[in-house]
Amino acid sequence: MKKLQLLLIPLLILAFSTSAIDIHEFETEEQRLDYQQLTEELRCLVCQNQNIADSDAGLAKDLRNEVAKLIKQGQNQIQITDYMVKRYGEFVTYSPPMGADTIVLWVMPLLVFLIAAFVLIRGIKRNSTQANHSEDDS
Amino acid sequence: MLAEIGQFTLVIGMLFSLLLAVLPLYGYFTKNDNFMHTARPLAYMQFLFILVSFVILVTLFVIQDFSVQYVWQNSNSILPIRYRISATWGAHEGSMLLWLLIQTLWTGFVAFYSKSLSRGQIARILAVLGIISLGFAAFVYFMSNPFIRTIPAPIDGNDLNPLLQDIGLIIHPPILYMGYVGLSVPFAIAIAALIGGKIDETWIRWSRPWTNAAWGFLTFGIVLGSWWAYYELGWGGWWFWDPVENASFLPWLAATALIHVQAVSEKRNAFRGWTVLLAILGFSLSVLGTFLVRSGILTSVHAFASDPSRGKFVLSLLAIYAGGALFLYALRVNKLKSKIGFELSSKETLLLTNSIIFFSACFLVLWGTLFPIIAESLNYKISIGAPYFGSMFFLIMIPMAVFLPFGMMYKWRKDQMKRVVTLLLPLLLLSAVLTVITAWYFELYKIRSISYIFNSFPVNTGRIKAITGIFGSYWVLTSVLYYFKVYKGNLTRAVWGMQISHFGVAIFIFGVTMTEYTDFEIDSLMHPNETKIVKGYSVEFKGVEKKQIENYQANIGHFVVKKNDEFVAVMEPQKRVYVRSGNPMTEAAIDPGFTRDLYISLGEQINTQGGWAVRIYIKPYIRWMWGGGILMMLGGFWAATDRRYFRMAKKRKQENIDTYLAS
Amino acid sequence: MNKTVIKALIPLLIFISLVILLYSGLGKDTRLLPSALIDKPIPEFNVPSLLTGKRIDNETLKGQMYLLNVWASWCPNCRIEHPIVTEFVRQNIIPVYGLNYKDEPADANAWLNQFGNPYKDILVDIDGLVGIDFGVYGAPETFLIDAQGIIRHKIVGELNPYNIQNEILPLIKKYK
Repeated sequence: MKKLQLLLIPLLILAFSTSAIDIHEFETEEQRLDYQQLTEELRCLVCQNQNIADSDAGLAKDLRNEVAKLIKQGQNQIQITDYMVKRYGEFVTYSPPMGADTIVLWVMPLLVFLIAAFVLIRGIKRNSTQANHSEDDS
Repeated sequence: MLAEIGQFTLVIGMLFSLLLAVLPLYGYFTKNDNFMHTARPLAYMQFLFILVSFVILVTLFVIQDFSVQYVWQNSNSILPIRYRISATWGAHEGSMLLWLLIQTLWTGFVAFYSKSLSRGQIARILAVLGIISLGFAAFVYFMSNPFIRTIPAPIDGNDLNPLLQDIGLIIHPPILYMGYVGLSVPFAIAIAALIGGKIDETWIRWSRPWTNAAWGFLTFGIVLGSWWAYYELGWGGWWFWDPVENASFLPWLAATALIHVQAVSEKRNAFRGWTVLLAILGFSLSVLGTFLVRSGILTSVHAFASDPSRGKFVLSLLAIYAGGALFLYALRVNKLKSKIGFELSSKETLLLTNSIIFFSACFLVLWGTLFPIIAESLNYKISIGAPYFGSMFFLIMIPMAVFLPFGMMYKWRKDQMKRVVTLLLPLLLLSAVLTVITAWYFELYKIRSISYIFNSFPVNTGRIKAITGIFGSYWVLTSVLYYFKVYKGNLTRAVWGMQISHFGVAIFIFGVTMTEYTDFEIDSLMHPNETKIVKGYSVEFKGVEKKQIENYQANIGHFVVKKNDEFVAVMEPQKRVYVRSGNPMTEAAIDPGFTRDLYISLGEQINTQGGWAVRIYIKPYIRWMWGGGILMMLGGFWAATDRRYFRMAKKRKQENIDTYLAS
Repeated sequence: MNKTVIKALIPLLIFISLVILLYSGLGKDTRLLPSALIDKPIPEFNVPSLLTGKRIDNETLKGQMYLLNVWASWCPNCRIEHPIVTEFVRQNIIPVYGLNYKDEPADANAWLNQFGNPYKDILVDIDGLVGIDFGVYGAPETFLIDAQGIIRHKIVGELNPYNIQNEILPLIKKYK
C-alpha cells in the first residue's frame, strides 16, 4: 500500500503541472545553444508574458518538443521561427519582424536621437554666440 | 469597526489634500500670507491621517480580520506574520494606499526640509504636491478601497500568492515607490517655478538633492526587483523587458537625464526649459507606469488584477498632471530666456549630450513597450521582447560609455578636444590591453550567440557585444580612477557621489556583460548518487526528500557541489505545493559568490527510479551587476547630502529677479 | 503667439496623442490571438478517427464546407459549448468535425457517451501535433473551412449563438 502511495504522489504532480525543464539530447553543442536561444525567443501563448523556456504550461512544453524535433532535423533558427510564425502569427516570437510595416519600430528611436542631438547642438551654438557678445558672467 | 476608522481617516487625509491643493495657491495668487502659511501644517496633517489609515490596514492583516475583503483575498490563517504584514501591499488596493502614504511622506519631508525657501515658493510646491496626493487619495477611496467589507465574513482567507510570500515583497515595493513617488518632488518644484513665471538657479539647485535621492531609491528599487525575480521565479532570469519592469526603468532613464542636465542648468542660465521638461517627464512616467501595470492594457507576469475602469481613472490623473504641466510649460516657456553660454567644446555640452542619450533610451523603451498597443489598434498582434530591447539598448549605451570619460575630463565653459583626447588616449590603450587580457582569460572569443541581422544574416553578435561590453567597463573604470589622480584634494560630496556612481556603472557593465554572455545552463536527467560535471564543478544529486514546512508541502532536492575535490556547497532546490491554494512553486537553490553564482532548479520527477529533471546554471559575476547598481544608488544618496545645495544664494536670487524684470 | 510658443506646444500635442492611444487600448482582451491561417489552406495531416478507427487526412475532408471544433474531455468550456454545437448540427447547415486535442481516447469516448456526439467524425490528436499545425493554443476553438480546404475563420473560445449568428453564418453564405 505504501508503495502505491509513493507512486501516486509523483503521478499526481505530473498530472497537474509540467515543468519548464525538459531533457533533450542534442548531437552538438551548437544545437543545444540553438535550442536555448529559440526557446527564449518564442513566446508562450497561454502565459502572461513568458517565453516557452521559462513556462510550465502544457502548450509551452509541446512547443519546446517541437523546437527540439526541428533542430534535430537540421533546421536553423530562422527556419524554426518561420515555422512557428506560419502557424501562430508574429505574436509567437519576441523578435519583431523587420518588414515594411514594422520599419517604423526600428527607425523611430534613431530618429528621435538624431532630432534631439540636432536641437541640442543648435541650441548650444546659439548660446555660445550670445556668450561671446554678452557681458554677463557667472 | 477598525476598518471603518481606516476609511474615515483616509477620507480626512483626502480632505487635507484638497485643502493643501487649494489654500496655499489661493494665498499665493492673492498675496495672502495667512493662507500661504497653511501649507506646511496641512502637509503634516495629510501625512498623519494617511499614516493612521495605513497602519490600520496593516493591523487588520495582523489580527486577520477576514470580514475585510482585501484581507480575505490576500491572507490566510496559516500565513506567517511577516507575510501578513507585507500582504498589505501585496495586491492592488493596498499597494495604492502604500503609494499614497509615500506621496504624503515625501510631501512631509519637503515641508520639513524647506526652511530656506520663501513662503511663496513653499506654498506653490506643497500645493502641487497636494494636488497630486488628492488625485491618488481619490483613486484609493473611490476606485481601490482596501477597507471594503465582505459580508458574511468568511472563516478563512484565500492565500497570499506564494511568489509573494518572500522577503522580496517586504522590501521591493516600498523602496521602488519611494523612487517613483520621489520624482514628484522635482516635478512639483518645476511646476511651482512655472506658476511663478521664472526659474533661476536657486530653484534648480534646490531641486537637485531631491532628484538625486529619488533617483537613488528608484535605482535601489529596480535592483531589488531584478534580484527578487532572479531567485524567486526559479529560472535564473533577472530582466525580461517585461512591461512592468520597463515601467520602472522609464522614470529611471528620465531621472538620469534630469540629474545630468541639472548639473548644467544649475550653473548656467541655459537649458532651463529642458530641465523642466525632463522633470515633468520623470514623474509622468511614474504615473504612466502605474497605469500600464494596473489597467490590463499590457500582458505581464507582474501585472496586478486588471481593471479598465481603474485604468481610465489613472489615465485621467496622468492627463491632468502631465497635460496640465505641459500646458503650463507652453505658456511660460517664452519667459525663460537663455543668456549665459558655454562653448560647444565644454563639459556642459557633454552633460547635455548624456541627457540626449538617456532621453533617447527612455524613448526607445517606451516605444517598444507601447508598440504592441499601437499595432493592436491596427489589428496586428506583435510581441516585442528581449531581441528588440537588448540590441537597441546596447546600441544607445555605446555613446553613453564612450562619452562618459570625456564628460568627466572636459572643463566647464570652454575646452579643447585635443587636450582631453591627449589625457584619455593612455586610458584608451590601457582599456584595450585589459580587454584583450580579459577576453583571453575568460575565453570570450569562444562565445557563440547568433543574431539574425535583418532577420537574414547570422552574426555572432554575442561575441562582439561581450568584448565591447568589457572594453566599455574598463574605459569607464580607468577614467573614474584617473579622475581622482587629476582632481585630488577637497572634493565635494556631490563630486564624490558622481565618482561612486560612475564607478558603479563600470562594475555594473562588467557584471551584466559577463553574466549575459558567459553564463552556462544545462538540463539533465539525474538519478540519486549521480554526479554531473559542469564547468569544473562536480554536482552530485543525493535524491529528493518530502517535507511539510509552515504552509506548504515541499519536495527538496539535495545536491553536493565540489570543485577540484574540495567541498563548495550543499544546495537544496525545492518544488513546493502550497496547502491552501494548491499552487505549485519552484524555489531554486542558489550558492552566491563574488565571482559567480551557482543556481540549481528542480524540474519534475521523470521516472519511478528517482530520476528528476534538473537544471544547473553557472552565472559569472552576476552579483557585480547588482553591486554596481547599489554603488550607483549610494553615489546618488551621497551627492544628495551635499550641503551646498541647501544654501540659498539670496543675492543671486535678487539679481535674477532684477534681470528678468528688465528683460 | 510666436514660434516659441508653438514649438513649446509640441510636447503637449505628443502627450495628447499618447493619451488617446492608451485610452483606445483599454478594455481589450489581450489573450485573443487572431489566426495566422485565415485564407490559407489547412495543414496536412493524417490521423485516426476516434469513431471509426480509419485514417482521416485533408483529402478526406475536401469537397464540403465544415466546422472543425477543437475539444477535449478535460476542457470545462467545451462542456459549456456542447449544447450549442449539438444545436448547430441539428440545424443541418454544415457538418461539424471534431479535433480531439491532447486527450486520452478512453476519456474522450466516455465524455461523448455522457454528453452525446454531434460530430460527423473526430480526429484524434493525442500529442497536440495537429493542433500545433493549426495554430491551436487551447480548447475550445473552432475553424470554418470551405470546400476547397481553405480556412476562412477561427473562433477562439466557445461557440455561442452570438458568434455563430454574426461571424459564422455570414461567412458560410459568402463562401458557399
